[in-house]
Amino acid sequence: MSTNCDFEKLREIAHDVRVDIIKMIYYAGSGHPGGSLSLVEIMVYLYWCVLKHDPDNPDWEERDRFVLSKGHAAPVLYSVLARRGYFPHEDLWSLRKINSHLQGHPARTETPGVEASTGSLGQGFSVALGMALGLKLDKKDSRVYVALGDGEIDEGQVWEAAMSAAHYKADNLTAILDFNTLQIDGEIFEVMNSSPIDEKFKAFGWATKTINGHNLEEIRDAFEWAKSVKGKPQLIIAHTIKGKGISFMENKVEWHGKAPNGEQFKEAMQELGVEIPDESI
Amino acid sequence: MEKKSLRKAFGEFLIEIGERDPRVVALAADLAKSTYTEMFKEKFPDRHFEFGIQEQNMMGVAAGLASTGKIPFASTFAVFAAGRAYDQVRLSIAYARFNVKIVATHAGLATGEDGASHQMTEDMALMGAIPGMVVLTASDYYSAKAVLRAAYEYDGPVYVRLIRPSAPVIYDSSLKFEIGDIIEIKKGKDVAIASCGFTVHESLKAAEILERKGVSVGVYDFLTVKPLKTDHLQMFKKYRALVTVEDHVKWGGLGSNLVAALGEAGINLSTRIIAVNDVFGRSGSPEELYRYYGLDAFSIVAKVEEILG
Repeated sequence: MSTNCDFEKLREIAHDVRVDIIKMIYYAGSGHPGGSLSLVEIMVYLYWCVLKHDPDNPDWEERDRFVLSKGHAAPVLYSVLARRGYFPHEDLWSLRKINSHLQGHPARTETPGVEASTGSLGQGFSVALGMALGLKLDKKDSRVYVALGDGEIDEGQVWEAAMSAAHYKADNLTAILDFNTLQIDGEIFEVMNSSPIDEKFKAFGWATKTINGHNLEEIRDAFEWAKSVKGKPQLIIAHTIKGKGISFMENKVEWHGKAPNGEQFKEAMQELGVEIPDESI
Repeated sequence: MEKKSLRKAFGEFLIEIGERDPRVVALAADLAKSTYTEMFKEKFPDRHFEFGIQEQNMMGVAAGLASTGKIPFASTFAVFAAGRAYDQVRLSIAYARFNVKIVATHAGLATGEDGASHQMTEDMALMGAIPGMVVLTASDYYSAKAVLRAAYEYDGPVYVRLIRPSAPVIYDSSLKFEIGDIIEIKKGKDVAIASCGFTVHESLKAAEILERKGVSVGVYDFLTVKPLKTDHLQMFKKYRALVTVEDHVKWGGLGSNLVAALGEAGINLSTRIIAVNDVFGRSGSPEELYRYYGLDAFSIVAKVEEILG
């Protein structure tokens, strides 16, 4: 579980995960950097400090589960899974390539540590709820975490899952909303006004908490809060920056789903303080 | 002839299997009475999950329950199971290869008076198109129990197609079925009629009429629609012709898949497909609808006579 929750160490890991994400997408020539970078701190905190799991035994029955319902953020999931030892780190450079186990969107049957197949938005939320209900039925104290996109909540299925999670008092289910305010067609409230998110989930019977999704102290407090809530599922609304950590990608909707070119790759790596020899670009 | 409910067979089966195997759970979407999962709910309230009118969510939850080692039976009308929740069945269940059993009742025109909105005539095409999905059907109470048992014993996603009306009893409790099996109800020499579900009964009636006219007809019940195994198709070699009959659209159903499979198996015989031909259903009784859409015994007889020339 808490192998090392020292914030200095976690910040270093988060930095390395950002390097992984940019490199993976650059080598793949396609992928989704914006919504992967916005989730980095949350994913690192989850996989290093929250989840009860065993990378050597991904099917361990007592494990907590994580579902990436916003499946397009697969690069951040693959990076943390590799860094926790689910598969070799060099596999990351095969993302989206033929013969790779790292599919463009998470595939349970392909990648160790991936709990659900996602990519069609809204679906992972229901799957996570099913896991939570199954664990409750078995009287296990394992918990389920699910990451949702803020654009994803346009999907009707999200509200079906939200309604039924509260109906079944699934207090072992914690959803994290990556509130980076951008979806493919623009600003989320302009594309489809889902506001007020917090009040909507409250009205559906959820406990909610709003945090800065890049601040480790706030992330820690939110996960501790979530565990303490009884009788209700919990939503952590994490204010984040799409493209966080790469200046030219931050808050730019165009970086939702494209790979950097050679120049942009070099610039991103420079900003992350990583030397990349010209011949490898 | 005695008629028995296939849906009730499902309700009873769930209780039988639920008593022995605590992993079995049932999911309903406001149709627990119609799909008979209510019987399971009364017996095992903790293992029955009601989702109200949320078919998409129900399929996703079934996938998640399977992730924790449960064997979920998710049940609703065919039009909602295969149509409304198609993408959830495809991605959350089948692509993830979770061990979920989808039991769809009210398939086909046989649903009757509710009309086209509720008459699912495309479900075998939709579910059969999903990689790895097994598609099973039943023609009576006992075959329903047999295919449900096979679905339960199989490790992987299965779509079981059931019908609303009670149907005449063809088999008894000794019926043995494994996935892949096709049941030879009646042996013949000249023509084979291949069918599944409610139209099996029309096929049997047609065979009786044809026998009186001197045509020797074999009748085959495709309890397995997918996968169609080459070994199981060899028995059609001896026939001059084959007519398929199904309460489903022509494209992607039993007929088109069987004709393709026979071709691949190198079995050459004249074939005709009797199915719903590129039109939606409409309100009426199952009997009236089968006459209207040409799925009744007399339409089958006419088709067999046409093919024999």
